[in-house]
Amino acid sequence: MTADPLLVLLVDDYPDNRDIYVQFLTYSGLRVEEAENGHQALDKAFELHPDVIVMDLSLPGLDGWEATRRLKNDPRTRDIPVIALTGHALAGHSKGALDAGCDAFITKPCLPERLLDEIRAIHGTARARSGDPTT
Amino acid sequence: MAPARTTTARGAKPRLTTGATTRLEVLEALLMSRDAGQCAQRALTWLQRYAGVRRGLCLAADSAPPRLVPVASLGVSAPRLERYSVDLEVRDHPLTQALLSSTPTILGSNGHGATTPLGPGPVQAIALAPLSPRDLPAGLLLVSPFSPQGAAEVRWLARVLGPRLAALMAAQRVEEAENRLQRERGLLYGIINAVIDPILLTDGDGRIIIANSRAETLLAADEDQSEGRRQAVTLNNMLFSAALTRHAIEGAEAPRHEMPLVDPVDGSDLLFELMSTPATDVREGAGIVSILRNVTDLQRATAEIEENYRKLRQTEADARAERDRLDLVIDSVADPILVTDPGGNIVMMNAPAERLFVAVDGDSEEARRQVQANDAHFSSFVSNLFFEGDSRRRTGSIGLVDPITGASLPMEAISGKIVSEHGEVTAVVTILHDRTEELERARLYEDLKKLSAELEQKVRDATAELVRQNELLRRSHIALEQASALKSQFLANMSHEFRTPLNAILGYTSMLLKGVSGEMTPQQRRNLERIDSNSHHLLSIINDILDISRIEAGKMPLTLVEFLLPDMVREVLAEVEPLIARAKLAVATELDDALPPVKSDRQKVKQIIINLLTNALKFTPQGWVKVTAAYDTRLDRLTIAVTDSGIGISPKDQEVIFEDFRQADDSPTRQYTGAGLGLAICRRLTQMLGGELTVRSALGEGSTFTLTMPRTPQD
Repeated sequence: MTADPLLVLLVDDYPDNRDIYVQFLTYSGLRVEEAENGHQALDKAFELHPDVIVMDLSLPGLDGWEATRRLKNDPRTRDIPVIALTGHALAGHSKGALDAGCDAFITKPCLPERLLDEIRAIHGTARARSGDPTT
Repeated sequence: MAPARTTTARGAKPRLTTGATTRLEVLEALLMSRDAGQCAQRALTWLQRYAGVRRGLCLAADSAPPRLVPVASLGVSAPRLERYSVDLEVRDHPLTQALLSSTPTILGSNGHGATTPLGPGPVQAIALAPLSPRDLPAGLLLVSPFSPQGAAEVRWLARVLGPRLAALMAAQRVEEAENRLQRERGLLYGIINAVIDPILLTDGDGRIIIANSRAETLLAADEDQSEGRRQAVTLNNMLFSAALTRHAIEGAEAPRHEMPLVDPVDGSDLLFELMSTPATDVREGAGIVSILRNVTDLQRATAEIEENYRKLRQTEADARAERDRLDLVIDSVADPILVTDPGGNIVMMNAPAERLFVAVDGDSEEARRQVQANDAHFSSFVSNLFFEGDSRRRTGSIGLVDPITGASLPMEAISGKIVSEHGEVTAVVTILHDRTEELERARLYEDLKKLSAELEQKVRDATAELVRQNELLRRSHIALEQASALKSQFLANMSHEFRTPLNAILGYTSMLLKGVSGEMTPQQRRNLERIDSNSHHLLSIINDILDISRIEAGKMPLTLVEFLLPDMVREVLAEVEPLIARAKLAVATELDDALPPVKSDRQKVKQIIINLLTNALKFTPQGWVKVTAAYDTRLDRLTIAVTDSGIGISPKDQEVIFEDFRQADDSPTRQYTGAGLGLAICRRLTQMLGGELTVRSALGEGSTFTLTMPRTPQD
């Protein structure tokens, strides 16, 4: 373990779901920041530059697809991996999410351990891709 | 003869004075006289003056015819003189006798008064001395009265007057003859010139002696006439001479001698026929009379006649050819054609008409009667046309009968009048057209039309019904589609809406079980595990609903991998171990480890097996469950069968159980829980994998569900 634990930006409009993942990820030793809509997600992403963003797609106002598209179109946030999380299990949703620039796609319900595994996996891939020696 | 004029006496001499002077005077007067009348009158006047004659008459003897004619008179009225023209052949006439008497004769004194031309009283008649002694007396001088002293003067005058009178009479006769001759000659020339044919008399050398004006025009030219005309005349003379010569050689036997000449006036060619006749005159010698007849027009007319004849022949030939063609045409027409004259008699008909209107030998009595009937019908039709006056055409119907077959022939007749230039109807041409077929066709057509209309109506009705049904179908289809789309949408939405709270439930439960919130008592943990289990069950139901929605929406992708069925069955048994433990049933397997690997969607095959196994556990209150995996080499298909000793399924329910949300017991009070989606999903998945899912069961005797699938997916 290195000095700075991973910073995860968790975007979900459903408070209980945010709470579960915040509790569990914090319990698991990660730092977690929350956003409850698309605009907040963009603001925090630009401000905090998290290591991984977990994005619920169905958000009020600016939705998760659009927020992801903007993040991936911005040079400051382009390299941050985004894990899409949705209750919509139809095939079209995952395709749309990947088109928007999401790096992974998880269907709810998603147990906290599973999310943690996914974050660790995607962060490792992203770091390997960017050539960061820290693990 | 003109009345004698009184000559004025030259000197007034005393009356009755005679002598040599007066005699010389009268002799001179007589000699100077122009004609017999003047001469005689002068003699009478002298006698009146010198012989005391008051009345006198001088008659001259004419020789041809021989008669006495009065030439001069004195004191006699003219009408009376007329009586004294005396025929000398009548010898017993007193004047004739007086003429022939050598001595003076006294008339009227012896009962001859009636014949005395000089009125009452005796008249002395003295014959006038002739020119020569052999001739008859020159005339007769009648005088009254005469004095004895005048008698000598009378006798003397009779002697000197006679020869003079005779000479004058002769001269007069010659002159008359000449005049007559001149007149006759003029007349003759007039006649000759009046003849339009040139007439010529030529001498033996061909020189023209006499020519009429027409001949002169052709054959004579004056110096002052034009050069062309003179040349033409010269040419004509040569031609004429040549013709005459030829005529002379050939003789009069040659039928015609044609001679071309040139018209000197206009230069046109003329053709003459030459008729020459030799004429012999005692004084003039042999000559030839030629008559030229202008046959130029004749020739032209002949040529024209020949041309006309030729044309006529040609026209005739054309007409005959035309007629032949016409006959051919008319006979080739299948419709009867008849030509009728104004009397209503048929003058011509073609073969089809003959069949109807002519009876031939061997025809039956009936056929003959039909021919007559046909003829009567036709005649009536045509005669109407004659009566109709102005209309040149008539169309109508005639009912005829075929004399041979007896078939009725409804004919359409079209008659046309043929009218001459003068507006007379010369013939009527009639064409008959058999309308049997036409009528039959029309009838069939009507039938057809009716049937067609009926059919059309039926089709229209059926179409309308179809349209109506279609519309209903379309509407219900739209409604169904809408309902289906709504249902899918609803299910998708609901599954999402379910998942979000369920995610929280599962999440919290999982965290608690992981000890995130600290340690729990065993009781708390067991309860939490129940919550977790039920939450998962709810999630599986939601997933089933979502699967149905995905399959129906065609959004269920296949992920093909190769795997071994026995491995998968063991995995399933491990997963449902809790259920098996709870059901307290014996679960057996028959797995052939030599099964070939299968290439399919592992997840979906597993889902089907789990479903079948959980159903078997659920509907088997007691007994056993068996899972069998086998390979049919013949069909190259793999089968997995789940058999139980459970409640079984009635035959009528064996299809129902594969429908959505259905269980064999659908009643609200049913014994078994479940959404009733399991088998519906299984069958759909099986179909996606190219396999089939069947059931064999009987109520109370358990069931066997068999999944049959190909080793590799089919197209």
